[in-house]
Amino acid sequence: MAEETTPPTSAEPAASKPAVPARPAAAAGGAKPTAAAKPAGHAAPKGPPLATLTPELAQLQQQFGESVIAPAPYVGVLVNDLGKLREVMTYVRDQLGFDMLANATAVDYIKEGYIEVVYHPQRSKGGEPITLKVRVPRGNDPVAPTEVAVPSLVPVYAGAEFQEREIYDMFGVRFEGHPDLRRILTWEGFYGWPLRKDWREPYYEGDTKPFESRWPGGHHQLAEERVPWQDNVNYPPGFDPLNFQANPDAGLYDSMLGGVPGVEVEPNGQAQRSPQPKGVGASVPVLDRNYNNLADDEELQTDQIIVNMGPQHPSTHGVLRMVVKLDGETVTDLKLVLGYLHRNHEKIGERNTWLHNIPYTDRLDYICGIANELGYVITVEKMMGIKPTERAEYLRVIMTELTRIESHFWAIGFLLNDLGAFYTPALYFITERDLILDLFESVTGSRLMCNYMRFGGVSRDLTEDQIMRARELAFERIPRKIDELEQLLTDNEIIKARTIGVGYLPAERSINYSLTGPCLRAAGVPYDIRRVDPYSIYDRFDFDIPVFYGADVYDRYRVRVAEMRQSLRIVQQALNQLDQTKPGDIQAGKKAYNHRVPAGQAYGRVETPKGELGFYLVSDGGQNAYRYHVRSSSFINLNSLKEMTVGQKVADAVVILGSLDIVLGEVDR
Amino acid sequence: MAELTNANMPEELQNDPRVPDDLKNNVFITSLDKIYNWGRKRSVWPMLFGLACCAIEMIATAASRHDLSRFGWELMRASPRQADLMIVSGTVTKKMIPQIVRLYNQMPEPRYVIAMGACATAGGPFKEGYNVVSGVDKFIPVDVYITGCPPRPEALLHSFIKLQEKIEKQSLRNVPWYRKGEEDVIPVPVLGPDLVDPRRAQEIKGKAEQIAEGQPAA
Ligand code: SF4
Repeated sequence: MAEETTPPTSAEPAASKPAVPARPAAAAGGAKPTAAAKPAGHAAPKGPPLATLTPELAQLQQQFGESVIAPAPYVGVLVNDLGKLREVMTYVRDQLGFDMLANATAVDYIKEGYIEVVYHPQRSKGGEPITLKVRVPRGNDPVAPTEVAVPSLVPVYAGAEFQEREIYDMFGVRFEGHPDLRRILTWEGFYGWPLRKDWREPYYEGDTKPFESRWPGGHHQLAEERVPWQDNVNYPPGFDPLNFQANPDAGLYDSMLGGVPGVEVEPNGQAQRSPQPKGVGASVPVLDRNYNNLADDEELQTDQIIVNMGPQHPSTHGVLRMVVKLDGETVTDLKLVLGYLHRNHEKIGERNTWLHNIPYTDRLDYICGIANELGYVITVEKMMGIKPTERAEYLRVIMTELTRIESHFWAIGFLLNDLGAFYTPALYFITERDLILDLFESVTGSRLMCNYMRFGGVSRDLTEDQIMRARELAFERIPRKIDELEQLLTDNEIIKARTIGVGYLPAERSINYSLTGPCLRAAGVPYDIRRVDPYSIYDRFDFDIPVFYGADVYDRYRVRVAEMRQSLRIVQQALNQLDQTKPGDIQAGKKAYNHRVPAGQAYGRVETPKGELGFYLVSDGGQNAYRYHVRSSSFINLNSLKEMTVGQKVADAVVILGSLDIVLGEVDR
Repeated sequence: MAELTNANMPEELQNDPRVPDDLKNNVFITSLDKIYNWGRKRSVWPMLFGLACCAIEMIATAASRHDLSRFGWELMRASPRQADLMIVSGTVTKKMIPQIVRLYNQMPEPRYVIAMGACATAGGPFKEGYNVVSGVDKFIPVDVYITGCPPRPEALLHSFIKLQEKIEKQSLRNVPWYRKGEEDVIPVPVLGPDLVDPRRAQEIKGKAEQIAEGQPAA
């Protein structure tokens, strides 16, 4: 699983005490040494500087000397010299072999006056990720982005594109050299940087829950009644809605139309068509798949059009908006507009107590809620230094693997929907899925939002009856149904014709795009966190990691089918071994409502049905997380959609999206 | 057809020689309202449109086990122009609400709205989020609210029954879609520094001025 946390043992001086701040925030010269008050979370007292470093980081320090520092027990290393960041990262990728950027996020250390951007590169061969950080002075302007820009890592890791846009959107950190730095989850023109610690949401009540107004003694007052606008809105002083032009899409069309000859983009972002001798719209050269101009022949000139698919569209799997540029039926460019389901998970998660967040993680990827919970609780457990009981471990594995089966049923069903097999296969799979959900419901009380995991355990044991039901599903019903599914689909002529070779993205590119989950394994990379960085008790089970080499839609489908069979094997073994544990022993220690998590930070990750789900948590020792970041696989997998789609037909764009199997709750969070 | 009253032909018609034999006892007499609503309530076409987690339960409702088609409601249309019912199935965000209002405006009358789940009703677990609208009814009129997070498929079915009851009570004499004049169009909210409801623009302007001058906005 995760990586260097500040170990919670008392021997470690790391914990909650405020300490001498690390070296002055050295970000790119401009850092004002702010009067450092109580540093949150990453307190950096004196200590042997290299003691906590992995060999790789030590090597890095040797190579780059003073521009890479690691004041212990600072987690990871700090790239001191922003100008060197790209060089360091290239070295990390090429020399150290960390070829995949697992995660990039930021933390606003408001008291110290800087924002720390955190990178977690990892090896596609496996092992824990390493941590690298840079700092930029945050500035106190509510609307202006940071003065100092971080060099964008998109040239090194293509998978950084969306993550950097997210950091820009949430923290206002500028990235130099980013190909398309626009807001991603909120909209262009949004006021302020939401995840900065001094930015307050309109319904702000306090920094930590439970809020006064919700205590039993407090008087409940509607949030709407507390705020001046009587609604969940906030405007800058003097804002005049009557004289104001909104154009949130200007930058988007700008970036798509900019390069098209014959289309001039006005400063306001409205595309203007310049007069052309013939044709209705702008006439542009006919391009082949590699953007080569096929002919300068007037006769062959055609129009390119921009089509918006979504956010309300039957095949975008939720409120995703794809903006495609088409030449005939061929996609020549594609941009995604996200954020239509941005539910402010991270901001709310930083107000919630640690326990509060568990039900919220259910709502990330709502197809497989329990799998998300697992990722969160094992990260927090790592910080707290507790271990769940044996039985709880088994129950966790059983439930999580059942979720994987259920989620793959869903994914395959809806992939076929996108292929035009409208609803018939999906209906079969939903029926099977409902049987699994019935089990969830009888155990946890809810079909989808199970709220099952606890720190150190789970909320309920399985009764004999429920175990019987699980056995019946795992040993009889589901294996039979998967056989049936394969008989119907795997060798189906039409499915093969529609999917083989479609949405191709070779292994190296997939890795560079930080693609994870079944899509990466369909490209021949045997990367599954259950195997490469095992967590929970997965090392006890006998199972394979299915890998296919086609890197196309068909193999993504086959990986999912094969994975369901492997999940069944795990569930079967776990059910067999469950008798060896003590019934009822499902919680280590006492049940608690308020958890104190020692100051520190951790990046924990699990393999959900969609890919790698990571949690980057920073604690300052308080009741809630100082930083709560979700590294969502759906979000980062979407990064590569453009490369898979450009050059394909528009009807295939839908199928390729379906093969990625995204869930918007996790994409937009 | 039990609910069509006066199921039998009146006596004098029964004896009327002009009425052919095979029509006797096969003619029903009812009010226009009743026959109109009776047909309508059994062929509501929902819009194929899901927002968040609740949409998953909506799909489950449409699938085999719960089988929406028992109500005649299974024909989900992807185009708002062909839909009668919008099931707001999930969290309504500020970024999404302009689209939702636009879709609502594009639906032809008669149209109905079900707010499915805590989020669509009032913001739900994400109410305090800065990008979340506290209930879709801040912008469009809602006919039936369902509690739950997510509501079970049975709850969604229940809301259909409730909506059928509502449809049954409507009368041709005063339904809005046969009135004269233009249909009401809900102004589409705008994404500015925050979500701007055009209906409140004047009020927002006033308060923003007050705040700029340092007075507390009442
Ligand atoms: S009510 Fe609950 S289940 Fe429904 S959209 Fe909101 S969070 Fe999701």
